[in-house]
Amino acid sequence: MSTNYNMLLAGFGGQGILFAGKVIAYGGLNDGKEISWLPSYGPEMRGGTANCSVCISDKAIGSPLVTSPDTFIAMNLPSFDKFINDVKPGGTVIVDSFLIDRKVERDDLNVFYVPATKIAEEQGLKGLANIILVGKLFKETGFCTEEALYKAVEKCVPARKANMLDLNKKAIRLGMEQ
Amino acid sequence: MAERFLMKGNEALAEAAIQAGCRHFFGYPITPQTELAAYMSKKMPKVGGTYLQAESELAAANMVLGCASAGCRAMTSSSSPGISLKTEAISYMAGSDVPALIINVQRGGPGLGGIQPSQADYWQATKATGHGDFQILVFAPATVQEMVNLVGKAFDLGDKYRMPAMILADGMLGQMMEPVEIPDGSNTELPEKPWATNGHQNKREHNIINSLYLTPQALEKLVRERFERYEIIKKNEQMAEEYLTDDADIIVVAYGASARVSHSAVDSARQQGIKAGLIRPITLWPFPTDTIAKAAEHAKAFLSVEMSMGQMVDDVKLAINCSRPVEFYGRTGGMIPTPDEILQQIIKLGGEK
Repeated sequence: MSTNYNMLLAGFGGQGILFAGKVIAYGGLNDGKEISWLPSYGPEMRGGTANCSVCISDKAIGSPLVTSPDTFIAMNLPSFDKFINDVKPGGTVIVDSFLIDRKVERDDLNVFYVPATKIAEEQGLKGLANIILVGKLFKETGFCTEEALYKAVEKCVPARKANMLDLNKKAIRLGMEQ
Repeated sequence: MAERFLMKGNEALAEAAIQAGCRHFFGYPITPQTELAAYMSKKMPKVGGTYLQAESELAAANMVLGCASAGCRAMTSSSSPGISLKTEAISYMAGSDVPALIINVQRGGPGLGGIQPSQADYWQATKATGHGDFQILVFAPATVQEMVNLVGKAFDLGDKYRMPAMILADGMLGQMMEPVEIPDGSNTELPEKPWATNGHQNKREHNIINSLYLTPQALEKLVRERFERYEIIKKNEQMAEEYLTDDADIIVVAYGASARVSHSAVDSARQQGIKAGLIRPITLWPFPTDTIAKAAEHAKAFLSVEMSMGQMVDDVKLAINCSRPVEFYGRTGGMIPTPDEILQQIIKLGGEK
């Protein structure tokens, strides 16, 4: 089966949106796919919303800017409101339902509600709600192989934060269980 | 193959420059280029190089002029408004026949403009990067890997022809991450520069680097010699990539970020049975006139797609002597065209046949 994902991740600055995008991108790269990762870098980054486009494909990637995503992870309400109508029909949407007190009104999407921020706090994984959502995304789409995903986490956690590696892996597993 | 890893375009440009033997970076921060300078500030001290944040863009560019005059591989980087400030020194480099690398990670203009990606500095880069009769080499990468590859090429050709070279990128390419492989530059051999002002040690005549010529006859002679060199460059150094152009009726011409989007649009057009193709200039100066003129032998129309109000479109018309219709589509101010917008333009051209 051919691979072609155009993903959008969006939330507040500080939630690890860009980091989550990087983990997903490395997952694709570890499987030998073509990938691109493009962050928003406007003034909205300073205290406002942060978003990031990730493309995974068998073929060379054209525009890395995702304007109509087939996969959307929303981590705050402004981002949810801004992008939910851009998602392609049949697309996958994963919502942090602890932070977003709203349901998707469209009926042409596969929507998954995960209270990731709450789970993260309860499990001693504060700040890793983003990675829990990546785990859920993996479970629902299989955007890369499981081995590639864990290798991606190892690649993205910097050496000076090696103690965070197991926590990130735990967050992935928790996401898969949701 | 070496392991591919993810790198931002801005950081890849910096690492590629270090691998190409550049040990002197002079800069001043500006979005969306800042990661390049930040990377240099971390890495240059570790490889015995110089990272210097100057008091202004103009100062940084003049430091490059001085450093390169001594025969060193030197560079500076900025984004559009900052490049405008550097143009005085770039003109001096051209007038002194000094090679150096200038990187422009373009953002929307004019004035301070915005900070989102743009290609509105095409005219500045290819026609007038400063006052006077001169050209600089201009390279337009479309992927992070190509950014890496062209940095080395820009340094090498700059040295070969003794002239400044520019990488004309944009905020999208600078900010995005893609898989890259960085060549190991530990064996890079830099060319001899017998003209450099690096100390004659009583072994040769002293060299002079200068752009002031008060005798008109002497200055005209020098400029003419320089333009003879430009003719050789135009003949030998044009670079372009062709995609599905062999049987194409409609040829999109686009570089850098807008070429990526156009590539997707050409694929969609083909799926609809429209014979579309893409010519992607990799050198903007020298402009790949030969490739475009050859395509005009069979193509029915051209479409120049740019993130500007239409600048390169003039060079496309000149390349084919207006022998075919040349249309333009662009977004500006930091907007990036979508594949669908370009597809609609291709359909419009295809339908008029």
